[in-house]
Amino acid sequence: MTTVVSAQNLGLTFPTGDGDIVALSDVNLTIEKGDFVSFIGPSGCGKTTFLRTIADLEKPTSGSLTVNGLSPEEARRNRAYGYVFQAAALYPWRTIEKNIALPLEIMGHSAQEQAERIKRTMELVNLSGFEKKYPWQLSGGMQQRASIARALSFDADLLLMDEPFGALDEIVRDHLNSELLKLWARTEKTICFVTHSIPEAVYLSTRIVVMSPRPGRVTDIIESTLPKERPLDIRETPEFLAIAARVREGLRAGHSYDEGNQ
Amino acid sequence: MNRTGLTAMQLALALLAGGAALLGLGFGFSSFGTAPLLTLYFALGAASLVRLALPFSLWFDGALMLFGAVALILALPAEGAMPAHFWWALVASWAFAWLFVERLSAAIRQGQLPETGTGLVIPIIFGLALLVAWEVITRGANVPPVLLPPPSAIWARMTAEVPTLWADFVQTFIKSVLPGYAMGCLAGLIVAIAVDRSPFLKAGVMPIGNFMSALPIIGIAPIMVMWFGFDWQSKAAVVVAMTFFPMLVNTVAGLNAASAIERDLMHTYAANYWQTLMKLRLPAAGPFIFNALKINSTLALIGAIVAEFFGTPIVGMGFRISTGVGRLAIDLVWAEIAVAAVAGSAFYGVIALIERGVTFWHPSVRGGRT
Repeated sequence: MTTVVSAQNLGLTFPTGDGDIVALSDVNLTIEKGDFVSFIGPSGCGKTTFLRTIADLEKPTSGSLTVNGLSPEEARRNRAYGYVFQAAALYPWRTIEKNIALPLEIMGHSAQEQAERIKRTMELVNLSGFEKKYPWQLSGGMQQRASIARALSFDADLLLMDEPFGALDEIVRDHLNSELLKLWARTEKTICFVTHSIPEAVYLSTRIVVMSPRPGRVTDIIESTLPKERPLDIRETPEFLAIAARVREGLRAGHSYDEGNQ
Repeated sequence: MNRTGLTAMQLALALLAGGAALLGLGFGFSSFGTAPLLTLYFALGAASLVRLALPFSLWFDGALMLFGAVALILALPAEGAMPAHFWWALVASWAFAWLFVERLSAAIRQGQLPETGTGLVIPIIFGLALLVAWEVITRGANVPPVLLPPPSAIWARMTAEVPTLWADFVQTFIKSVLPGYAMGCLAGLIVAIAVDRSPFLKAGVMPIGNFMSALPIIGIAPIMVMWFGFDWQSKAAVVVAMTFFPMLVNTVAGLNAASAIERDLMHTYAANYWQTLMKLRLPAAGPFIFNALKINSTLALIGAIVAEFFGTPIVGMGFRISTGVGRLAIDLVWAEIAVAAVAGSAFYGVIALIERGVTFWHPSVRGGRT
């Protein structure tokens, strides 16, 4: 096993006019290659901040963090990860295939290689046939698939996903969740997935990191005992419900259900 | 709605039109022979009052409007004011036009007529009605041509003076406006990108740009003439000074139009400054840049014409207007104004068309949500 992300005593404090906000405090976590790790917790628990710190979109103020054994900035410059944001953030003046080509253009791939990769990743997310459409001609679910294809197109081993399905309705979300699992199995990538849905976290992950707010910290890390092959109805099995109960317990232990934390 | 199939508004207009025609028929009874066409029009207009019992199509109103305008213009005396009862024809014709447009737009709204084509008819009718009223009032009331010449006189002057007007157009529009516009807009764009990159420039250039925009064009035009000579170069310089600032301000705002997520995305790709600029920030600034291009298209023409008031070779639209007023050749002034209005609208229209093609993705163009 190779370690992809390793955080030791990681802390991040945002100074504001109203005093400092401790977004992350004393986070210790190791993510191995091939893991599917979900981060769950109420808003303000630092799950998105942690993901952004891995992506070098935020700088930690204490502790150490390595990505593929390098600093987050070096890893970013090596294009070590693909990032999927809450919103699809597709550029409206580009067609879907041109949006997927965007990172490839920036990274200097040849036109022929771009075409091959676009074709492959669009098949991977089941979006073939929509190459020439503009983002605003597609539904929210399809836009988010295109943004996943864009993050996959340059073949980074690490995929960082920040509540990618948060804005979608439950039916579309279920469908995309099961597709994401298949995609993960096929590509053998390491995935970090931020969510605030307990069923989503339990259904997808090999490990679930439970976080709580004020200060943002890790309260529990749960290893999933579910098999790698997961049909959607696995969510009714006692094993699944037991893990979900442990997540809920972890959230309660972090006072995430207290009044004033809602 | 009532038995006649008209709304209260339409009914009032129908009564006004028919009533005015009836009055015209009555007052003009003595001069039957002088204007037979107009008398026929009065008779038909008065007969239209039978619509109170027997509704008829909106196209009859259209035909009466057209017939009235033609009959009235043909009946206008060559010299002096027109007989008093002719005014009733103008009132009737105007009311028929209004009624026709009312009923036409109502029919389009209710889907009885297709929108394409008919939608264009209404502004055309409106413009023509304005021209007819202008013609009839100036000639009918014997308005001195120095105050306001009738459109027919302006048109006659335009056709007679095509070579002069063309030379003026080339001097002002092709030689002054276009180069000045291109230089001013390009300079504004480039400085905006530099200002955006450097906080020092932002602090230093923006206030100067603000100051420049506040300079009165009347003040800088003579100075530009002293600096760059009498020919088109000084006019182009005024146009540069006028168009630079709107482009600068709009582009600086537009470069910040890309959202935080869109920028973060570029950051995760480790894109460099120029890649982010070309692939994200400039395209996102497109609607702002085109806004400036549209504002500048009209500003540029105004600037060039006004600048020509302060010394030119003996050609140019501004020169012709200022000397035309001095020589009381008001119809020539109006002809230049008409050329300037057409050229300015066409320039604006071309920029707007290009905008639709380039920023097709923007919600304001495609008419959708973000």
